[in-house]
Amino acid sequence: MATAVVETGERETYLNKEYGIKSWLLTVDHKRIALLYLAGITFFFFIGGFFALLIRLELLTPAGDLVQADTYNKLFTMHGQVMVFFFLIPAVPAVLGNFLIPIMIGAKDLAFPRINLLSWYLYIFAGILMLYTILAGGVDTGWTFYVPLSTEFLKTNVITAALAVFIAGFSSIFTGLNFIVTIHRMRAPGMTWNRLPLFVWAHYATSLIQVLGTPVLAISIVLVALERLLHLGIFNPALGGDPLLFQHLFWFYSHPAVYIMILPGMGIVSEVVCCFSRKRIFGYQAMAMALLGIAVVGFLVWAHHMFVAGISVYAALVFSLLSYFVAVPSAIKVFNWTSTMYKGSITYQTPMLYAFGFVGLFTIGGLTGLFLAALGIDIHVTDTYFVVAHFHYIMVGGMVMAYMAGMHFWWPKISGRMYPEGWGRLAALIVFIGFNLTFFPQFILGYMGMPRRYWDYSPAPEFQILNVLSTAGATILAVGYLLPMIYFLWSMRYGKPAPDNPWNAAGLEWTVPSPPSTFNFDEQPVVTWEAYNYDEIEGEVPGAH
Amino acid sequence: MHTSPVTTAHHETHENPALLHHFATAEQQKNAASFGMWVFLLTEVMFFGGMFCAYLVYRYWYFGDFAAASKSLDWRLGAVNTAVLICSSLTVAMAVRCGQVGKQKAMVVYLALTILLGLVFLGIKGIEYRDKFVEHHVPGQSDFQLKEAIPRQPGVLANQQHAQVYFSLYFAMTGMHALHMIIGVGLFAFLTYKAWKGAYSPEYYTPVENAGLYWHFVDIVWIYLFPLLYLIDRHP
Repeated sequence: MATAVVETGERETYLNKEYGIKSWLLTVDHKRIALLYLAGITFFFFIGGFFALLIRLELLTPAGDLVQADTYNKLFTMHGQVMVFFFLIPAVPAVLGNFLIPIMIGAKDLAFPRINLLSWYLYIFAGILMLYTILAGGVDTGWTFYVPLSTEFLKTNVITAALAVFIAGFSSIFTGLNFIVTIHRMRAPGMTWNRLPLFVWAHYATSLIQVLGTPVLAISIVLVALERLLHLGIFNPALGGDPLLFQHLFWFYSHPAVYIMILPGMGIVSEVVCCFSRKRIFGYQAMAMALLGIAVVGFLVWAHHMFVAGISVYAALVFSLLSYFVAVPSAIKVFNWTSTMYKGSITYQTPMLYAFGFVGLFTIGGLTGLFLAALGIDIHVTDTYFVVAHFHYIMVGGMVMAYMAGMHFWWPKISGRMYPEGWGRLAALIVFIGFNLTFFPQFILGYMGMPRRYWDYSPAPEFQILNVLSTAGATILAVGYLLPMIYFLWSMRYGKPAPDNPWNAAGLEWTVPSPPSTFNFDEQPVVTWEAYNYDEIEGEVPGAH
Repeated sequence: MHTSPVTTAHHETHENPALLHHFATAEQQKNAASFGMWVFLLTEVMFFGGMFCAYLVYRYWYFGDFAAASKSLDWRLGAVNTAVLICSSLTVAMAVRCGQVGKQKAMVVYLALTILLGLVFLGIKGIEYRDKFVEHHVPGQSDFQLKEAIPRQPGVLANQQHAQVYFSLYFAMTGMHALHMIIGVGLFAFLTYKAWKGAYSPEYYTPVENAGLYWHFVDIVWIYLFPLLYLIDRHP
């Protein structure tokens, strides 16, 4: 990164202001902390991906032949824990949100810069604990830590894994707290709530969930640890406790956590779709309220993870109905993105390709979610690959696609360099094909009855062909994720210097230089325009044709 | 909340040394800090909420056993501790008031008194914990036994397993509360030192105010814990 200075001249940026490891590890600049997060998150993404590839390799043949059954349990557990707590939840908020929210609202930094750095250290400390857990033999509770399996029966490293998740949770809480206060108190003059970019609204909704939900996960995990270490009877039925209580507490956080993962992605897609359609967002207020709506309704649907766990049928009916309600704000978002594109002057740069992927795949993921909210169908497909396919369409097809869209969209701002557009489009295409090949067969597998978390399916060899397709897709997907990793690194040294506004886009972040200076703005900006004022911006996306 | 080490040439030197570089005014900074504290307290409500939820479920299921186990606690010690904490909330409020009107020395005294009351609470709590160990009321231990009859059912002893659930929650809830007290005492030790050094003035006493909010929250948790744990079904 040091070389960025040479071409961009003498201008001081957040990247060249100071050098040396200390200037990074002790920084309180939200942009540098975002890059620290980027390093950690990329690392854990590939760790989690590595476990996924091993899982797919094992399922290539019906017999359990590549790894032992216990090892397989550890693989899917650690795949889940690493991906959920160390990639999906922090990725967009801690990297892109951290970098962009202060700039988008016209502030010099987040409200609490040192708490921001503390969040990163908590994340890294939790990550080291997770790595220790992996190297010390792993953990096989499933990512959900269900009791009494986790508190009584397993001999693996449950405590260190639980501690890692607990600490990562606090990192997440502090990020959310920082965002809420920043968005309330640090907006520039004229940046009213109704002028906020939807990216900021999305992070506001996300932060509400982080702040209200994560503490409940924290206490549940503390109670699991107490039960395991000191044999306090809280969840274990053998000690007078109730395992369903744990499931209620766990999903009270972990269902809304799904929206922690997807809402920031929805924010990214709103920015990208407007820019590459050269249009104002369709129904700005409906979009903002839909984000908050998803966050609120998302807190009322957790027990749909427990339809077969033995909850009362009346509770199940209510939770089923409430789960359907999530579809309303979700559909508002999909229809409004589509309406934004309608009659827009659309160009097909890499971020837009990922955004297209997001809208389509999120829709499939969301509609199959309705199958799962229906009590009758849910009983048939519970714990099958149908569920696995459904949430991977939201997590990978939705969140990761949006994350890649955002990384490409704002990479020129972050690094001051352009990524190679041709390679970008190719990678987007490979990811889309690889993703669908990996996960679409799993819908069929699940509907046919293949259970999740099974290591050996030799009684049903007819499942093999779909599993082979899925494994082949996973390999293609891996190539699609490695490519951007390579060309982003390449572009930091060899990429074309980025102009301040490479997409001719609206938003305060495009009014500051690429890369920005340490305090973002030399003078306090005053906002006099609505978000996405593309009707006032002349011209196309540069280099579109 | 010290002065940030980051200062640059194109940022004018502010008159208030406590104003951080990224805030426009001291008022904005104070608003942000206190709003941040309220949001943090919201997370604390949810954190304790998980345990209160567990308590509700099991108290509903095992009411008689919970009432019997509750009788084994010494309500006098709990009541004294409640009084101690309410007094400490008063001393904290006085310390914040001293910040508003700029009485530095009195603030040091009130902060020190708060620490003292916090330590008295923790000491009494320690005695209560010791009693539980002596009486074999510690859940998860092989020698656990509770010889307490269920109220209004003479001769019917509490179910030992259900009583253990009560004591599990008792130790988890009061233990987590005590941990918050210890953190609070540490916080006030730091603030007392800073106040003694003259760090606070009517223009800047946000840390005292925020620590005060935290302390009041911890007190309120105890105000709920006391009746829920000590006074389930007591009759003279």
